[in-house]
Amino acid sequence: MARLENRLGKQTVTFTSRPRIHCSYTIVGPSEGNGPHALEFQEILQDDMLHQKTPEQAERLMLEMAIEKALAAGQLKADDLHFFVAGDLLNQIITSTFAARSCGVPFLGVYGACSTFLEAMGLAGVLLQGGFATRVLVATASHYQTAERQFRYPLELNVQHTETNQHTVTGAAAAVISHEGDGPSLTHATFGTVVDWGMKNVFDMGSAMAPAAFNTIKQHLEDTGRNLEDYDLILTGDLGRQGSKMLRILLQKENYTGLDRLEDGGAQIYSHRQKIGAGGSGTACVAVMTLGYLLNKLKTGRIRRALVIATGALLSTVSAAQGESIPCIAHAISLEG
Amino acid sequence: MQPEEYQQLVLHNSPRRPLVKNAIMAFLTGGLFCLLGQVFLDIATIIERTEMEAAAVTLAAMILVGTILTGLGVYDEIAEIGGAGAAVPITGFANTVTSAAMEFRREGFLTGMGSKIFIIAGPVIVYGILSGFIVALTKALLTGLL
Repeated sequence: MARLENRLGKQTVTFTSRPRIHCSYTIVGPSEGNGPHALEFQEILQDDMLHQKTPEQAERLMLEMAIEKALAAGQLKADDLHFFVAGDLLNQIITSTFAARSCGVPFLGVYGACSTFLEAMGLAGVLLQGGFATRVLVATASHYQTAERQFRYPLELNVQHTETNQHTVTGAAAAVISHEGDGPSLTHATFGTVVDWGMKNVFDMGSAMAPAAFNTIKQHLEDTGRNLEDYDLILTGDLGRQGSKMLRILLQKENYTGLDRLEDGGAQIYSHRQKIGAGGSGTACVAVMTLGYLLNKLKTGRIRRALVIATGALLSTVSAAQGESIPCIAHAISLEG
Repeated sequence: MQPEEYQQLVLHNSPRRPLVKNAIMAFLTGGLFCLLGQVFLDIATIIERTEMEAAAVTLAAMILVGTILTGLGVYDEIAEIGGAGAAVPITGFANTVTSAAMEFRREGFLTGMGSKIFIIAGPVIVYGILSGFIVALTKALLTGLL
């Protein structure tokens, strides 16, 4: 068998050609715009329905807006792209596919629940490293109202949320990954395995996803021979306050050091006074936090190297209703400024 | 780490549900709805001829209250504070029906609202009828009517 020069260890691939985040755009809804990171996002919507009839249409429009403005930021046209890799939370990923029909770029739909965006970004890196493309568009969107309907209850139903409950982020993000420009570069991607530690509580996704994040971080460090201290910031996507707590416990139990570098996108996208359970979730959560918060830090040189880990709960309403546990996944990408 | 071990770990590290606070808030919220119902009943007793009629009017009024509060987007806020106090009274039942109707209206009147309006309230109706039947049957057997 030929030696695979771009593989590292068990689950990691290396991008020696240094694919970069060439241009990007982030949009968030009003609640996220009231959070502590409002200034990190390029656009804050005043109306999360965007004058559309249904929240599904609003989610789709949000994604189309993010794509259009990301391309404009890089002075690119759809014709300049070789692939469009995207996914979202809705059944049959309709937000992505419906947005893809208007741009005429070869489309690869992906689904990894809330980890979708990093899966797309990792695949973009692979396509670029392999010489299959020069520019790949990656994007995702999620919307509180569409996710509530699909996974939970009618919006106006009498439900008392618990402290571990997470709130789907309304937002969209798009980026073009290419070898051009001077944006932060992707150096490694660690694709996660599906992990299921038997958690069944759908109102505590954070605790269900923490083992997947733990496994991927552990494997990433093992494959690359790095420590947590080699990163200035380790950003998990949407474990929320409860999931982050569990991840820290798991890492502490195996004597990892450098836990002060751990941050979570979901736990900090809303402020405490907004009283939103354990924090944000949804495909847009890690996407806007990476392309907003993290990218700004890398670009301004406040940090030099970061690891992003996006976690996804791979359940469906059917599996949950039938009493199955929640399989989860986590993908990691390391970025350098 | 074994999955069982992790599940225990999560159990020990999960925030405790504020049971006492929840119970007090549910008591107060549910109590307020009952108070409102009593006011309606008192008024209805003056207007209507029989107690049965007064009770029916009160039920209808409470359902209307639940429906309007849901339509205004207030009921879920009340439930966030009041929990079971908002879910258990008949206003809660009105809320389950109205919220489903509002949610699925976008998929049309027939396939959306029509077919999904009882998606949350359905079990209450099914098991309500079933338990009513069992109670009636038990009573009939005990009193020797059968």
